[in-house]
Amino acid sequence: MGTIIKVGMADMHAARHPAILTTLGLGSCVGIALYDRSTRTVGLAHCMLPDSTQSKNVSNIAKFVDTALEGLVSEMLKLGANKTRIVAKLAGGSQMFNFAHSADLMRIGYRNATMAKEKLEMMRIPLVSEDTGGSYGRTIELDSSTGMLLIKTIGYGIKEI
Amino acid sequence: MSLNFGNLNNYVIDVLKEIGNIGAGNAATALAKMLNKKVDMEVPKVKVMEFKEVTEMFGGAELPVVGLFLKMNGDLDGSVMFILENNAAHTLVNILMGKTNDANNQGFDEIEMSALKELGNILAGSYMSSLSTLTGLNIMPTVPEIAIDMAGAIISVPAIEFGKLGDSVLYIETAFIDGSTRALGDFFLVPDMDSYGVLLRALGVIS
Repeated sequence: MGTIIKVGMADMHAARHPAILTTLGLGSCVGIALYDRSTRTVGLAHCMLPDSTQSKNVSNIAKFVDTALEGLVSEMLKLGANKTRIVAKLAGGSQMFNFAHSADLMRIGYRNATMAKEKLEMMRIPLVSEDTGGSYGRTIELDSSTGMLLIKTIGYGIKEI
Repeated sequence: MSLNFGNLNNYVIDVLKEIGNIGAGNAATALAKMLNKKVDMEVPKVKVMEFKEVTEMFGGAELPVVGLFLKMNGDLDGSVMFILENNAAHTLVNILMGKTNDANNQGFDEIEMSALKELGNILAGSYMSSLSTLTGLNIMPTVPEIAIDMAGAIISVPAIEFGKLGDSVLYIETAFIDGSTRALGDFFLVPDMDSYGVLLRALGVIS
Protein backbone atom coordinates (compact mmCIF):
# COMPACT_ATOMS: atom_id res chain seq x y z
CA MET A 1 0.00 0.00 0.00
CA GLY A 2 1.47 3.33 -1.00
CA THR A 3 0.31 6.80 -0.22
CA ILE A 4 -3.19 7.64 -1.34
CA ILE A 5 -3.34 10.71 -3.54
CA LYS A 6 -6.71 12.34 -4.16
CA VAL A 7 -7.39 13.76 -7.59
CA GLY A 8 -10.19 16.36 -7.66
CA MET A 9 -12.47 17.42 -10.48
CA ALA A 10 -10.54 19.09 -13.32
CA ASP A 11 -7.36 17.80 -11.73
CA MET A 12 -4.65 15.25 -12.54
CA HIS A 13 -1.71 13.58 -10.89
CA ALA A 14 1.17 11.29 -11.79
CA ALA A 15 3.18 9.25 -9.29
CA ARG A 16 5.81 6.55 -8.95
CA HIS A 17 5.33 3.28 -7.14
CA PRO A 18 4.15 2.90 -4.38
CA ALA A 19 1.05 5.05 -4.74
CA ILE A 20 -2.69 4.79 -5.01
CA LEU A 21 -4.40 7.48 -7.04
CA THR A 22 -8.07 7.98 -6.39
CA THR A 23 -10.87 10.23 -7.59
CA LEU A 24 -14.26 10.32 -5.89
CA GLY A 25 -17.73 10.71 -7.33
CA LEU A 26 -17.10 10.66 -11.07
CA GLY A 27 -20.33 11.48 -12.86
CA SER A 28 -20.34 12.69 -16.46
CA CYS A 29 -16.67 13.45 -16.03
CA VAL A 30 -14.28 10.83 -17.31
CA GLY A 31 -11.46 9.32 -15.28
CA ILE A 32 -8.40 8.44 -17.36
CA ALA A 33 -6.02 6.01 -15.68
CA LEU A 34 -2.58 5.45 -17.22
CA TYR A 35 -0.10 2.79 -16.19
CA ASP A 36 3.39 1.79 -17.19
CA ARG A 37 4.03 -1.70 -15.84
CA SER A 38 7.78 -1.61 -16.55
CA THR A 39 8.42 1.30 -14.20
CA ARG A 40 5.17 1.09 -12.23
CA THR A 41 4.41 4.72 -12.90
CA VAL A 42 0.76 5.74 -12.64
CA GLY A 43 -1.26 8.74 -13.75
CA LEU A 44 -4.87 9.71 -13.19
CA ALA A 45 -6.90 12.58 -14.66
CA HIS A 46 -10.49 13.66 -13.85
CA CYS A 47 -11.72 15.59 -16.90
CA MET A 48 -14.96 17.58 -17.18
CA LEU A 49 -15.13 18.40 -20.87
CA PRO A 50 -14.03 16.68 -24.05
CA ASP A 51 -12.37 19.29 -26.18
CA SER A 52 -10.13 22.23 -25.29
CA THR A 53 -10.40 23.63 -28.81
CA GLN A 54 -14.11 24.36 -28.14
CA SER A 55 -13.24 26.65 -25.25
CA LYS A 56 -11.69 30.08 -25.03
CA ASN A 57 -10.22 29.45 -21.62
CA VAL A 58 -7.74 26.60 -21.33
CA SER A 59 -5.70 27.77 -18.35
CA ASN A 60 -6.41 24.50 -16.53
CA ILE A 61 -5.32 21.71 -18.87
CA ALA A 62 -6.72 18.99 -16.58
CA LYS A 63 -10.25 20.19 -17.32
CA PHE A 64 -10.24 18.87 -20.89
CA VAL A 65 -9.72 15.32 -22.07
CA ASP A 66 -7.37 16.21 -24.92
CA THR A 67 -5.03 18.52 -23.03
CA ALA A 68 -5.11 16.45 -19.83
CA LEU A 69 -3.99 13.31 -21.65
CA GLU A 70 -1.01 15.04 -23.19
CA GLY A 71 -0.11 16.72 -19.90
CA LEU A 72 -0.46 13.55 -17.89
CA VAL A 73 1.73 11.53 -20.25
CA SER A 74 4.47 14.15 -20.14
CA GLU A 75 4.32 14.22 -16.32
CA MET A 76 4.69 10.44 -16.29
CA LEU A 77 7.64 10.60 -18.66
CA LYS A 78 9.30 13.08 -16.30
CA LEU A 79 8.91 10.49 -13.54
CA GLY A 80 10.71 7.96 -15.71
CA ALA A 81 7.84 6.20 -17.45
CA ASN A 82 8.41 4.52 -20.77
CA LYS A 83 6.11 6.03 -23.42
CA THR A 84 5.75 2.83 -25.40
CA ARG A 85 4.73 0.84 -22.34
CA ILE A 86 1.90 3.08 -21.11
CA VAL A 87 -1.59 1.57 -21.25
CA ALA A 88 -4.91 3.19 -20.38
CA LYS A 89 -8.15 2.40 -18.59
CA LEU A 90 -11.27 4.55 -18.61
CA ALA A 91 -14.14 5.00 -16.17
CA GLY A 92 -17.02 7.44 -15.81
CA GLY A 93 -18.73 9.32 -18.61
CA SER A 94 -22.17 8.53 -17.30
CA GLN A 95 -25.36 10.50 -17.62
CA MET A 96 -26.54 11.49 -14.18
CA PHE A 97 -29.81 13.15 -15.18
CA ASN A 98 -32.13 12.04 -17.90
CA PHE A 99 -32.71 15.24 -19.80
CA ALA A 100 -35.19 15.08 -22.59
CA HIS A 101 -34.87 18.72 -23.60
CA SER A 102 -31.15 19.38 -23.56
CA ALA A 103 -29.21 17.34 -26.07
CA ASP A 104 -25.99 19.05 -25.12
CA LEU A 105 -26.15 18.27 -21.41
CA MET A 106 -27.32 14.79 -22.14
CA ARG A 107 -24.37 13.77 -24.19
CA ILE A 108 -21.49 15.26 -22.24
CA GLY A 109 -20.55 11.98 -20.53
CA TYR A 110 -20.64 10.07 -23.78
CA ARG A 111 -18.61 12.77 -25.52
CA ASN A 112 -16.01 12.74 -22.75
CA ALA A 113 -15.54 8.98 -23.06
CA THR A 114 -15.50 9.07 -26.87
CA MET A 115 -12.94 11.87 -26.95
CA ALA A 116 -10.73 9.97 -24.51
CA LYS A 117 -10.76 6.93 -26.80
CA GLU A 118 -10.01 8.99 -29.90
CA LYS A 119 -7.19 10.84 -28.22
CA LEU A 120 -5.67 7.62 -26.85
CA GLU A 121 -5.70 6.13 -30.32
CA MET A 122 -4.07 9.24 -31.73
CA MET A 123 -1.34 9.02 -29.10
CA ARG A 124 -0.97 5.26 -29.72
CA ILE A 125 -1.77 4.36 -26.12
CA PRO A 126 -3.66 1.06 -25.95
CA LEU A 127 -6.97 1.11 -24.09
CA VAL A 128 -6.98 -2.15 -22.13
CA SER A 129 -10.34 -1.86 -20.37
CA GLU A 130 -13.15 0.55 -19.64
CA ASP A 131 -16.25 0.98 -17.52
CA THR A 132 -18.07 3.96 -18.99
CA GLY A 133 -21.64 5.07 -19.55
CA GLY A 134 -24.69 4.22 -17.47
CA SER A 135 -26.42 6.66 -15.17
CA TYR A 136 -24.50 6.33 -11.94
CA GLY A 137 -21.50 7.81 -10.17
CA ARG A 138 -18.20 6.02 -9.70
CA THR A 139 -15.27 6.27 -7.33
CA ILE A 140 -12.06 4.87 -8.76
CA GLU A 141 -8.69 3.82 -7.35
CA LEU A 142 -5.59 3.10 -9.40
CA ASP A 143 -2.98 0.94 -7.67
CA SER A 144 0.64 1.34 -8.80
CA SER A 145 1.65 -2.17 -7.73
CA THR A 146 -0.67 -3.93 -10.21
CA GLY A 147 -2.18 -1.25 -12.43
CA MET A 148 -5.57 -2.50 -11.29
CA LEU A 149 -8.40 0.02 -11.42
CA LEU A 150 -10.94 -0.48 -8.66
CA ILE A 151 -14.40 0.95 -9.33
CA LYS A 152 -16.93 1.53 -6.56
CA THR A 153 -20.55 2.57 -7.07
CA ILE A 154 -23.72 3.00 -5.06
CA GLY A 155 -26.05 0.15 -5.99
CA TYR A 156 -24.07 -1.08 -9.02
CA GLY A 157 -21.44 -3.06 -7.18
CA ILE A 158 -17.67 -2.99 -7.02
CA LYS A 159 -15.45 -4.17 -9.82
CA GLU A 160 -11.85 -4.30 -10.88
CA ILE A 161 -10.84 -3.67 -14.45
CA MET B 1 -20.68 40.69 -20.04
CA SER B 2 -19.21 38.30 -17.56
CA LEU B 3 -17.74 38.81 -14.15
CA ASN B 4 -14.30 38.22 -12.85
CA PHE B 5 -14.91 36.04 -9.81
CA GLY B 6 -11.44 36.76 -8.49
CA ASN B 7 -12.38 40.22 -7.29
CA LEU B 8 -16.09 40.22 -6.54
CA ASN B 9 -16.64 43.07 -4.16
CA ASN B 10 -18.62 42.77 -0.95
CA TYR B 11 -21.52 44.74 -2.34
CA VAL B 12 -22.02 42.30 -5.23
CA ILE B 13 -21.68 39.34 -2.88
CA ASP B 14 -24.32 40.87 -0.59
CA VAL B 15 -26.68 41.32 -3.53
CA LEU B 16 -26.19 37.70 -4.60
CA LYS B 17 -26.81 36.58 -1.00
CA GLU B 18 -29.98 38.61 -0.92
CA ILE B 19 -31.13 36.89 -4.11
CA GLY B 20 -30.56 33.56 -2.37
CA ASN B 21 -32.40 34.85 0.67
CA ILE B 22 -35.51 35.97 -1.16
CA GLY B 23 -35.66 33.04 -3.55
CA ALA B 24 -35.03 30.37 -0.95
CA GLY B 25 -37.25 32.20 1.53
CA ASN B 26 -40.19 31.77 -0.79
CA ALA B 27 -39.23 28.16 -1.44
CA ALA B 28 -38.98 27.50 2.30
CA THR B 29 -42.46 28.96 2.80
CA ALA B 30 -43.80 26.69 0.07
CA LEU B 31 -42.10 23.71 1.67
CA ALA B 32 -43.47 24.62 5.12
CA LYS B 33 -46.99 24.80 3.70
CA MET B 34 -46.61 21.47 1.97
CA LEU B 35 -45.28 19.77 5.08
CA ASN B 36 -47.43 21.75 7.50
CA LYS B 37 -44.33 22.21 9.56
CA LYS B 38 -41.88 24.95 10.39
CA VAL B 39 -38.98 25.25 7.95
CA ASP B 40 -36.08 27.57 8.65
CA MET B 41 -33.18 28.46 6.47
CA GLU B 42 -29.64 29.55 7.04
CA VAL B 43 -28.14 32.79 5.80
CA PRO B 44 -27.25 32.07 2.16
CA LYS B 45 -23.64 31.49 1.27
CA VAL B 46 -22.11 32.78 -1.90
CA LYS B 47 -19.20 30.56 -2.76
CA VAL B 48 -16.59 30.82 -5.43
CA MET B 49 -14.82 27.50 -5.65
CA GLU B 50 -12.25 25.81 -7.74
CA PHE B 51 -13.56 22.66 -9.39
CA LYS B 52 -11.14 20.59 -7.30
CA GLU B 53 -13.07 21.45 -4.15
CA VAL B 54 -16.59 21.27 -5.57
CA THR B 55 -17.21 17.55 -5.26
CA GLU B 56 -16.45 17.63 -1.53
CA MET B 57 -18.82 20.44 -0.68
CA PHE B 58 -21.90 18.48 0.40
CA GLY B 59 -20.39 16.43 3.22
CA GLY B 60 -18.09 14.31 1.04
CA ALA B 61 -18.05 13.25 -2.59
CA GLU B 62 -19.31 9.72 -1.88
CA LEU B 63 -22.24 10.59 0.37
CA PRO B 64 -25.47 9.18 -1.10
CA VAL B 65 -27.86 12.04 -1.86
CA VAL B 66 -30.99 12.83 -3.81
CA GLY B 67 -30.41 15.53 -6.41
CA LEU B 68 -33.21 17.44 -8.11
CA PHE B 69 -31.90 19.33 -11.06
CA LEU B 70 -33.47 21.71 -13.50
CA LYS B 71 -32.44 24.44 -15.88
CA MET B 72 -33.74 27.96 -16.06
CA ASN B 73 -34.24 29.55 -19.43
CA GLY B 74 -35.45 32.89 -20.68
CA ASP B 75 -33.69 36.13 -19.81
CA LEU B 76 -31.56 34.22 -17.33
CA ASP B 77 -29.90 30.89 -18.08
CA GLY B 78 -28.49 28.58 -15.50
CA SER B 79 -28.95 25.58 -13.30
CA VAL B 80 -30.95 25.07 -10.15
CA MET B 81 -30.29 22.17 -7.88
CA PHE B 82 -31.84 20.95 -4.66
CA ILE B 83 -29.77 18.37 -2.83
CA LEU B 84 -31.06 16.31 0.05
CA GLU B 85 -29.35 13.72 2.11
CA ASN B 86 -31.02 10.33 1.56
CA ASN B 87 -32.50 10.17 5.05
CA ALA B 88 -33.86 13.69 4.85
CA ALA B 89 -35.46 12.83 1.49
CA HIS B 90 -37.16 9.81 3.05
CA THR B 91 -38.41 11.92 5.93
CA LEU B 92 -39.83 14.53 3.54
CA VAL B 93 -41.50 11.93 1.33
CA ASN B 94 -43.03 10.20 4.33
CA ILE B 95 -44.47 13.46 5.63
CA LEU B 96 -45.78 14.37 2.17
CA MET B 97 -47.44 11.00 1.68
CA GLY B 98 -48.71 10.67 5.24
CA LYS B 99 -46.67 7.57 5.95
CA THR B 100 -44.91 6.75 9.18
CA ASN B 101 -41.15 6.52 9.10
CA ASP B 102 -40.50 2.88 8.32
CA ALA B 103 -37.29 0.98 8.80
CA ASN B 104 -37.10 0.27 5.10
CA ASN B 105 -35.15 3.40 4.26
CA GLN B 106 -33.29 2.03 1.27
CA GLY B 107 -34.51 3.02 -2.17
CA PHE B 108 -37.44 5.06 -3.40
CA ASP B 109 -40.33 3.56 -5.33
CA GLU B 110 -41.85 5.18 -8.40
CA ILE B 111 -44.48 7.14 -6.50
CA GLU B 112 -41.90 8.41 -4.02
CA MET B 113 -39.61 9.47 -6.85
CA SER B 114 -42.50 11.29 -8.43
CA ALA B 115 -43.30 13.00 -5.11
CA LEU B 116 -39.68 14.13 -4.84
CA LYS B 117 -39.78 15.54 -8.36
CA GLU B 118 -42.94 17.41 -7.52
CA LEU B 119 -41.20 18.77 -4.45
CA GLY B 120 -38.38 20.01 -6.69
CA ASN B 121 -40.93 21.50 -9.05
CA ILE B 122 -42.67 23.49 -6.33
CA LEU B 123 -39.47 24.63 -4.61
CA ALA B 124 -37.79 25.70 -7.81
CA GLY B 125 -40.98 27.30 -9.09
CA SER B 126 -41.33 29.48 -6.01
CA TYR B 127 -37.63 30.34 -6.06
CA MET B 128 -37.77 31.32 -9.73
CA SER B 129 -40.98 33.29 -9.48
CA SER B 130 -39.64 35.45 -6.65
CA LEU B 131 -36.42 35.97 -8.57
CA SER B 132 -38.46 36.95 -11.57
CA THR B 133 -40.60 39.41 -9.57
CA LEU B 134 -37.49 40.92 -7.99
CA THR B 135 -35.63 41.48 -11.24
CA GLY B 136 -38.43 41.92 -13.75
CA LEU B 137 -36.73 39.26 -15.84
CA ASN B 138 -38.55 36.45 -17.57
CA ILE B 139 -37.35 33.16 -16.11
CA MET B 140 -38.73 29.77 -17.09
CA PRO B 141 -37.86 26.64 -15.11
CA THR B 142 -37.77 23.28 -16.86
CA VAL B 143 -39.28 20.11 -15.41
CA PRO B 144 -36.95 18.75 -12.72
CA GLU B 145 -34.98 15.56 -13.19
CA ILE B 146 -33.97 13.36 -10.31
CA ALA B 147 -30.84 11.34 -9.55
CA ILE B 148 -29.93 9.40 -6.45
CA ASP B 149 -26.22 8.83 -6.22
CA MET B 150 -22.89 10.09 -4.90
CA ALA B 151 -22.93 13.78 -4.04
CA GLY B 152 -19.80 14.45 -6.09
CA ALA B 153 -21.26 12.95 -9.25
CA ILE B 154 -24.45 14.97 -8.87
CA ILE B 155 -22.87 18.31 -8.01
CA SER B 156 -20.55 17.96 -10.99
CA VAL B 157 -23.50 18.38 -13.39
CA PRO B 158 -23.98 22.15 -12.91
CA ALA B 159 -20.22 22.53 -12.49
CA ILE B 160 -19.61 21.11 -15.97
CA GLU B 161 -21.94 23.70 -17.47
CA PHE B 162 -19.85 26.33 -15.78
CA GLY B 163 -16.57 24.73 -16.78
CA LYS B 164 -17.20 25.55 -20.43
CA LEU B 165 -16.28 29.15 -19.65
CA GLY B 166 -14.56 29.43 -16.30
CA ASP B 167 -12.14 27.77 -13.95
CA SER B 168 -14.18 28.27 -10.85
CA VAL B 169 -17.85 28.06 -10.08
CA LEU B 170 -20.09 30.46 -8.21
CA TYR B 171 -22.88 28.95 -6.17
CA ILE B 172 -25.56 30.72 -4.21
CA GLU B 173 -26.32 28.13 -1.55
CA THR B 174 -29.10 28.15 1.03
CA ALA B 175 -29.50 25.38 3.58
CA PHE B 176 -32.99 24.40 4.77
CA ILE B 177 -33.44 23.15 8.30
CA ASP B 178 -36.53 21.98 10.11
CA GLY B 179 -37.54 23.30 13.52
CA SER B 180 -35.16 21.02 15.36
CA THR B 181 -32.11 22.24 13.37
CA ARG B 182 -31.82 19.05 11.38
CA ALA B 183 -30.58 19.73 7.88
CA LEU B 184 -33.18 19.12 5.20
CA GLY B 185 -31.27 20.05 2.12
CA ASP B 186 -29.30 22.64 0.20
CA PHE B 187 -30.60 24.78 -2.59
CA PHE B 188 -28.08 25.86 -5.22
CA LEU B 189 -28.59 28.54 -7.82
CA VAL B 190 -25.92 28.47 -10.49
CA PRO B 191 -26.54 31.08 -13.17
CA ASP B 192 -24.47 30.64 -16.32
CA MET B 193 -21.49 32.93 -16.51
CA ASP B 194 -23.13 35.41 -18.90
CA SER B 195 -26.27 35.59 -16.81
CA TYR B 196 -24.54 37.19 -13.84
CA GLY B 197 -24.19 40.40 -15.79
CA VAL B 198 -27.87 40.26 -16.82
CA LEU B 199 -28.91 39.60 -13.23
CA LEU B 200 -26.82 42.38 -11.69
CA ARG B 201 -27.81 44.84 -14.39
CA ALA B 202 -31.51 44.11 -13.84
CA LEU B 203 -31.00 44.90 -10.16
CA GLY B 204 -29.13 48.10 -10.96
CA VAL B 205 -25.91 46.90 -9.34
CA ILE B 206 -23.90 47.43 -12.49
CA SER B 207 -24.73 49.59 -15.46
